[in-house]
This record gives sequence, C-alpha cells and structure tokens, in this order.
Amino acid sequence: MEISAELPQHLVNGLVLGSIYALVALGYTMVYGILELINFAHGEITMMGAMVALAVITALVGEGSTVPGFVIVLVGLGVAVVICMALGFVIERVAYRPLRRAPRLAALITAIGISIIFQAAALLIWSSKPIKFPKILPEAQFELAGATISALQLAIVLLSFLLMAALWVLVQRTRIGRAMRATAQSPELAGLMGINPNYVISITFVLGAALAAVAGVMVAAYDTQADTYMGSLLGLKAFTAAVLGGIGNIAGAMVGGIVLGVVESLGAGYIGGLTGGFLGSHYKDVFAFFVLILVLVFRPTGLLGERVAERA
Amino acid sequence: MTVSRVFQGSTLNIAAAITVAFAALLGACGRTSVCDKPDVVCIGSVAPLTGPQAHLGRDNDNGVRLAVEELNAQGVSIGGKIVRLEVLSEDDQADPKTGTIVAQKLVDAKVKGVIGHLNSGTSIPASKIYSDNNIVQISPSATAVKYTAQGLKTAFRVMTNDSRQGKVLGEFAVTKLGAKKAAIIDDRTSYGQGLADEVEKAIKASGGEVVAREYTTDREKEFRSILTSIKGKNPDVIFYGGMDPQGGPMVKQMRSLGIKAQFLGGDGMQSAEFIKLGEADAEGTVASSPGVPPDNMPGGKAFVEKFTKKYGQIQIYAPYAYDATMTLVDAMKRADSSDPVKYRDVLAGIQRDGVTSPISFDEKGDIKAAAITMYRVKNGKWEILSIVGDTTPKDKK
Repeated sequence: MEISAELPQHLVNGLVLGSIYALVALGYTMVYGILELINFAHGEITMMGAMVALAVITALVGEGSTVPGFVIVLVGLGVAVVICMALGFVIERVAYRPLRRAPRLAALITAIGISIIFQAAALLIWSSKPIKFPKILPEAQFELAGATISALQLAIVLLSFLLMAALWVLVQRTRIGRAMRATAQSPELAGLMGINPNYVISITFVLGAALAAVAGVMVAAYDTQADTYMGSLLGLKAFTAAVLGGIGNIAGAMVGGIVLGVVESLGAGYIGGLTGGFLGSHYKDVFAFFVLILVLVFRPTGLLGERVAERA
Repeated sequence: MTVSRVFQGSTLNIAAAITVAFAALLGACGRTSVCDKPDVVCIGSVAPLTGPQAHLGRDNDNGVRLAVEELNAQGVSIGGKIVRLEVLSEDDQADPKTGTIVAQKLVDAKVKGVIGHLNSGTSIPASKIYSDNNIVQISPSATAVKYTAQGLKTAFRVMTNDSRQGKVLGEFAVTKLGAKKAAIIDDRTSYGQGLADEVEKAIKASGGEVVAREYTTDREKEFRSILTSIKGKNPDVIFYGGMDPQGGPMVKQMRSLGIKAQFLGGDGMQSAEFIKLGEADAEGTVASSPGVPPDNMPGGKAFVEKFTKKYGQIQIYAPYAYDATMTLVDAMKRADSSDPVKYRDVLAGIQRDGVTSPISFDEKGDIKAAAITMYRVKNGKWEILSIVGDTTPKDKK
C-alpha cells in the first residue's frame, strides 16, 4: 500500500479535527484532574454553544446588516461563550458540589442525568432539525505541500492553538493557575495553604465550558450545520482523546486530541486499502477507538501519563 | 358494613387504587375509537417527521393529506355508503427499529392501508409486519429492490426501483456525462447501498471504471477524509447514494478540497433542500428522479399549483405520496370495500393516471412505468436535462 499523494491533505484534515477534539478534551481533563469526575454533560455544553451561537448568527444575518461575516460569527461566539460559562458554573454549583463527599458513582450518574437534561432541553428549544451555518465566512483556499487548505481550516487550527497556548500560560504562569495546579494535586492541602478550592473548581468548570463553546462553533462552521444530537459522539471522542493523552494532564489533552484527529482522518482515508476492502471508511470511528484500546493496553496511563488528585 | 369501614385503609392502598382506576380510564381512551366507526376508513402515513429528513417526511405527509382532503370533499363512496377518510400520521425517524414499532402501532389501530414508509431502510422491515396482518402498503419513495423482491403480496410502490434507476444513472454518467473514471460513495442504508451497487454495475457495463468505493453513514456530516482519498484517484464523476442532508454538505466539502469532479446523485438528493444546503457549490450537480416531470402528466401542473398554494414548495416525494393515496382509495372504490383482503387484488390489476406517471403494477408490486428524469442544478434551480424511457402515450398531454 503506497503512501499516496493525498497524505498531506489527510494530515491537514486530521489536524483540524484534532484541534477541535483537543479544545473539548481540555474541559474533561481539567475537571477529572481535580474532582476525579467524568463530566458527561461536557459534550452537551459543546452542543449548546454551537446552537446558541447559530441562533444568534442566524438572527443577525436575518437583520440584513452590512457587518462583515466574521464579526457576526465573533458576536455569536461571544454570546455562546458567556452562556456556556454560566451553564458550566451552574452545573457545578447545583449538581456536583452537593455530591463532593458522596461516593463517586453518585456524581457520575448525576453527570449522565445532566447530559440527558441538556439534550432534552435543546430538543424542546430547537427540535431535532439541523440549523444551517449561514454562508458568511470567506471561502478562500490555498495550496500548501500538496494539500488544499481552506481559510476556515486555517482559522480553526490557529484559534485552537492560540487558546491552548493561552490556557497553558494561565495554568503555568499565573497565580490562579498555580492555585488550579495545587488544587488538582490535593484539594485539602491546597485549602490549608489558603486557596479556596470551591472557587478554583468553579473556575475550572467555567474555563472548560468556554473552550467547549468555541469548539462547538468551530464544529458548526466546519460541518456547516449543527443539531441537538452532535454533542454525544463529539463528547465521547473528546473524552477518549483526554484518556489517550493521559487523563488529568492538560498537555495530554492537547496531544491526545491532535493524535485522535489525525488517526481518525488517516484511518478513514486508508482503512479500505489496509484491509483490502473488508472494512470501509464508515469504520473510521471504530478505527479511532481501536487505536485508543491499543495505546491503553501498552501504556495504561495514556501517552503523557495521567495526573489525578491524591485523595489523602 | 358501614361506609366508613369500606373506605378504611392505609393511604398507600388508597393511592394505589386511585392510580389503577386512572390508568384504566386512560387506557380506555385509545386512538382506535375513531377507526372503529363504520363510516370511517383510516389510512396510515409513515415518514420521518423529525430529524434531518423531516422536510422530506412532512412533504410526504402533506401529499397524503392533500389527497385525502380532496377525496373527502368529493365524497368517497365505498360499498354504497359515503365514508370519511382519516389519516393517522406516524414518525419513524428514518430509523428501521422505530419503523417497526410504528408499523405495529398502525396495525393495532386497525388502519385499512398504509402510505409509507419514506426510506427503504424502514419500509422493508415494516413490510413484513403489514404483510403478516394483511394490510396493503404503498410506498411513495422506497426504491430498494429488496422491498418488492421479498414476495410479499401487500407491498407496492409508485416509484421505479433502484435496479432501473441505478442502470439509468450509470449509463447516463458514462454515455452522456462522458465519465471514464467514477468514484462511488454510499451511506450504507438499504437505499444508498442498493442504489450505489446498481450504479457501479451499470458504469462498469457501459465501459467506465470505478476507481474508488467509499462509505459513510446516514448521520455523518464530515466527509473530508473519504473525499481526500477519492481526490487522489482523480475521478471524472463522484456518485453519492444517499439523501440530501448529507449530499448538500458533501458537495460543499468537495469543492473546498479543490475537487472539480461532476457530482451525481439519485432521487434522495434531487430536492430543493439539497440546493439550500449545498449553496453555490451545488451548481452543476446532476440527479435522477423516477417518473416524468409534472408538466408531462395530465393533472401534473394542477397538482403542483394546489400543493404549493397549501403547503409551500414540493421537496421530492409529495406527488408520489399523493398518487399512492389516490391509487389506494381508487382500488377500494373499485372493489367496493375497504377491506385489504378484498381490494388488494383490484389494486394489483389497477390502471390509472397519476400525477407522476401512469400507474399500474407488475406481479411483484413494482410500478410498471419506468421513465426516469435527469435533472441538473442550473442557476440555483433544478432544470430538466433529459427524460429516459418515457412511456406516457404521446396523445395524453
């Protein structure tokens, strides 16, 4: 099986997909690092971000304004980020904080319950019909090393990397970042050091939700539509990416996301040739999860190693 | 025993008793009440009314309702009595499992016939349920060959099946569109896969080469990986066996990857929604639609006017749903009975003019008329490219 001339394009596609997965994976990994809780509702927050943004964008486009397309998108993005941050904050306060001392299973079931509630609420508000992303973004394309890259693809990758870099600086170089890392290591000891763990945990949820909102809008733009069911598979894949990179490890989520995206893209492209036509490209999700299993078998803590709180 | 003694008991017992009584009351309020009346004939209509194909499902449903309204207004006389037609609409969400559930629901509601389902993937499993209960089913849009190949006496359709549609599409691609190399994508549903297989056979038979065969699902929205693989093989034409919620984004992603190949589709893509979703990138796409254009059929233009005034733009299958309903009731009238056991044979031998084509069925339940119209998107609208195998008598215009 020859490495085809299309490899650069597959890599580009994979990088774009991976950047989106990475943004969502960060939300899962940060929450798990501190609370050892898989926030199943995170995928639905991504969906909410996409739907809210699209609702705003559609409304603004309907007004017939002469504002350039990407400004409208930014406005929609801004509204979505604010709303998702509020949702993240509320979930933590209302559903997870009361269960801080309860068995882990209770919080897990609650997380699943919240995700169901969100999906049902979205169905009530928007029904199951997909909302189209209006054609307001520039459609420029350019060639690079044999791959055709669209302006949108470039924007997604650049914005993702920018946000990931910003998060990294926040976590590594600021006071609040230090507080987050301390709380992730041990909430009780951090409390003894004068850090308010409740405050830090809220910030973590809010940050994760903000990133999820951006990711949701990216998916909506990339797929040119969004619907109320998009959150579940995306959330599952992003959580997979977080585990792949090492759960609780922020760098791990970023790496895991990119790796998963590239693997999925290459898989979809080459799986037919690899298996002699036995498996087709509609098995691309299977391929991605299969790679996850392989990685975990040989390296159970993930590619970069996991970072979970020590419950003293 | 005093009254107070009778009502003595724990609160739990009383609550349980009230719940049971309430449930019994609710159970008695069934839908079947309307279909049990002697002068009412219930017809089931099944299509995806929610989800990505909801626009197509609503279209079918509206076609059925328009027919029923017209018939009720004219007055339907069966067995010497005037009967009223009632439509029971069900949503199968284009999901085979849900399709069987709603089929059983309709059977329990004692419908006398079913117009549906929309997708082949749901019509085929449901057809067994209808057949087991002797309920006639006419599908306006299920085109997979298997639907009538099962040998069920109650399964009919008013749309030419995919072995014919696929043959026409494949031949057209090679002979008229000049394709030497073709790539084929399908959505792995009964419809998409079946049609794609037929197109592949036809392309090869016409001397073309199939350079790539890729797959997706009917819920997927991201096609760049498979399109990138296809790009490497340099096809002249890319055929998609599937529905418009995927076809639209697919053609957009094709163009954004710099793929210039001709995009080709079947009846599931030949819709207004495809153009809406594909926007400027949809330009030049060619798709087939079984039947002849409305202008070529008696009553065709009038139907388009009536429908558009009441329900807005036709998506794809509304005229077929209308034809299916009219044919079903016509068979009942001619047999003088709404009992499927009695009118089924009349339906099998019926000959009438629909708004999509002349309607008569072969021994498998397939419609005999085999014309297929090829359309191309020009300036944001579907334009007739050519009509293949038009068997409408020329004097009936």
